[in-house]
Amino acid sequence: MSYREALREALREALQADPRVFLMGEDVGRYGGTYAVSKGLLEEFGPERIRDTPLSELGFVGAGIGAALGGMRPIVEVMTVNFSLLALDPIVNTAAMLRHMSGGQFSVPLVIRMATGAGRQVAAQHSNSFEGWYAHVPGLRVLSPATVEDARAMLAPALADADPVLIFEHAQLYNMEQEVPDGAALAADISSARVRRAGSDVSLVTHGGSLPKTMQAAEALAGLGISAEVIDLRVLRPLDDDTVMASVRKCHRAVVVDEAWRSGSLAAEVMARIGEQAFFDLDAPLARVCSEEVPIPYARHLEEAALPQAQKIVATVQALMGRRP
Amino acid sequence: MIDFKLPSLGADMDEGTLLRWQVKPGDSVKRGQVVAVVDTSKAAVDVEIWHDGVVQEIKVEPGEKVPVGTVLATLREPGEAMAVQPADEGTRRPVSPSARQRARELGIDPEAVAGTGVQGSVTLADIEAAAQGRPATVVPAVSAPSQAPAADRQREMRRAIAAAMGRSKREIPHYYLSQTIPMAAALAWLQQRNQDLPVTGRILPAALLLKAVALALRRTPQLNGFFRDGAFQPSETVHAGVAISLRGGGLVAPAIHGVETMSLPQLMGALSDLVRRARAGSLRSSEMSDPTITVTNLGDQGAEAVFGVIYPPQVALVGFGSVALRPWVDGGELRAWPLVTATLAADHRVSDGHQGALFLVELRDCLQQPQALADACAAPSIEGKTDHET
Repeated sequence: MSYREALREALREALQADPRVFLMGEDVGRYGGTYAVSKGLLEEFGPERIRDTPLSELGFVGAGIGAALGGMRPIVEVMTVNFSLLALDPIVNTAAMLRHMSGGQFSVPLVIRMATGAGRQVAAQHSNSFEGWYAHVPGLRVLSPATVEDARAMLAPALADADPVLIFEHAQLYNMEQEVPDGAALAADISSARVRRAGSDVSLVTHGGSLPKTMQAAEALAGLGISAEVIDLRVLRPLDDDTVMASVRKCHRAVVVDEAWRSGSLAAEVMARIGEQAFFDLDAPLARVCSEEVPIPYARHLEEAALPQAQKIVATVQALMGRRP
Repeated sequence: MIDFKLPSLGADMDEGTLLRWQVKPGDSVKRGQVVAVVDTSKAAVDVEIWHDGVVQEIKVEPGEKVPVGTVLATLREPGEAMAVQPADEGTRRPVSPSARQRARELGIDPEAVAGTGVQGSVTLADIEAAAQGRPATVVPAVSAPSQAPAADRQREMRRAIAAAMGRSKREIPHYYLSQTIPMAAALAWLQQRNQDLPVTGRILPAALLLKAVALALRRTPQLNGFFRDGAFQPSETVHAGVAISLRGGGLVAPAIHGVETMSLPQLMGALSDLVRRARAGSLRSSEMSDPTITVTNLGDQGAEAVFGVIYPPQVALVGFGSVALRPWVDGGELRAWPLVTATLAADHRVSDGHQGALFLVELRDCLQQPQALADACAAPSIEGKTDHET
């Protein structure tokens, strides 16, 4: 099953399971979704539940919040995180804060899905990774499914959450094919990080679109005699510190891999927490592999050079290992 | 330029681990100064230097294990020009947080360990490696030393003893003699001498026995020295190696130098100091490398007699059992008498049973005249006797 199909299966299951669930966004209906995630759903569920919206993120995200307050379980698709900046105010000031502002009287059971990330030569304005910005905000739960199983499994618990949940789908993952267990066996939690590969020399902490690159790097490192453990954060807010720290305490070295820029980033947050909670377990300086601090270039070679890549991860890890016997 | 090489600190040592330097480039050193601490697998030994000079370059970093003879450092002779600038000082050694933590647990100075990590930093692995190459007692531990390195150490020590003792039994044709020695006169003399003294000033029988051995050896120089390259090299003076069992197992036999020249209080002081330092792991290289005979005393453990294995390249070992009341015929009457069984294990390539027997008889006679024993400090008091066996 592909990542795209897994997302569609999850949507279909949610729409079938609960009449309060509906999907709303730009091109989700007649066009079948910009990334073809909702293809066929309009025919199956009709225009009441698969609703095309105008090009107005501020408007339709606000409408989604209103519907959630009114008792519905809306899934709002924002085409990409780049355009979600137009809806920052309703997401941050309304959805995330309404429970607090109303003294607990109102909650906003809203799910917002959006594509994120670079790597497809769509230039700077369409290549951002702002999920870390949302992970900054109390009141939001931020998910980053990096496997087909998580693409399939995370929607249901997100809808069950009484508060707003943001799901970030890296645009380079949609075509990824992986085996997925049957429904009952799906890992459905939206609170924990996962060890995707066990190792003992260095913890590679990553999420989303950087997971496949990090797994490649871990494989290459194994060939060099370096045993890398790969942690998939899965949930960017609230962060699962325990899984990260357990790994760092075992490996004594950590590299954070994240496609966002490094300054003031989620990578910086993870490193800070390791420094706070596992300082005395560290045997080497912390390191990270992030995007270069430039608008993501359009030209392919420049874009590749700007983004984290497996060989950059390998080189960063090697530099941390010192001269080994 | 002088090369300062890793000395052999005993027949069972073919390599050593440098634990730490007591000097740094640019320091002036004097002959006899302790400049480094080396772990021989039996003990951490303070290594002395045998030249005056100025330390030019440190060649071996703490934590490195190198064969005997390896150049540890180079020295400029007095007056020799400096070849390069001494290493800059004041920079803090990078030590990883986990390495620093572990070093604290193990009681190791992390700044003294060679770093293999990023920017030469000391890593967890470096600390663990250093811990395995040294006794946990060298630096006072803040918390309890871990068990694993101690177990490794135990194995190393066993291996070293096995090598030396195996070689001894393969190469040295031992012969053994024993002699029962009445101790009444010696004990009475000691009791009288000690009765008005504080505990710290008292002389123990062990010191008296050591002194008696040293003096008795004057009659039989064939028992005191080294057998090297197929020939015996007698020693002019007696450097008595004192077998000291270590806490946690194993033993060392470092030397007290020039025992025949020492007064009993000096000898007693040297003996207590040696035992304390052997157990604290701070012996000096000269003590490890040059005992000319070994004296072992298993009396405290209750053994009646000990037939020892000679420590190569030495040629004899004197053993004492417990001093205890036993039946003894004195003037035709059977009495309960304090006795000690002295034994000699000697190298038949160098001496014969006849000489060994003369030594034991001389030892017995010395112990019957404790005051003379106490007074004989390098004085040729026994030289007057006929040396008829040589």
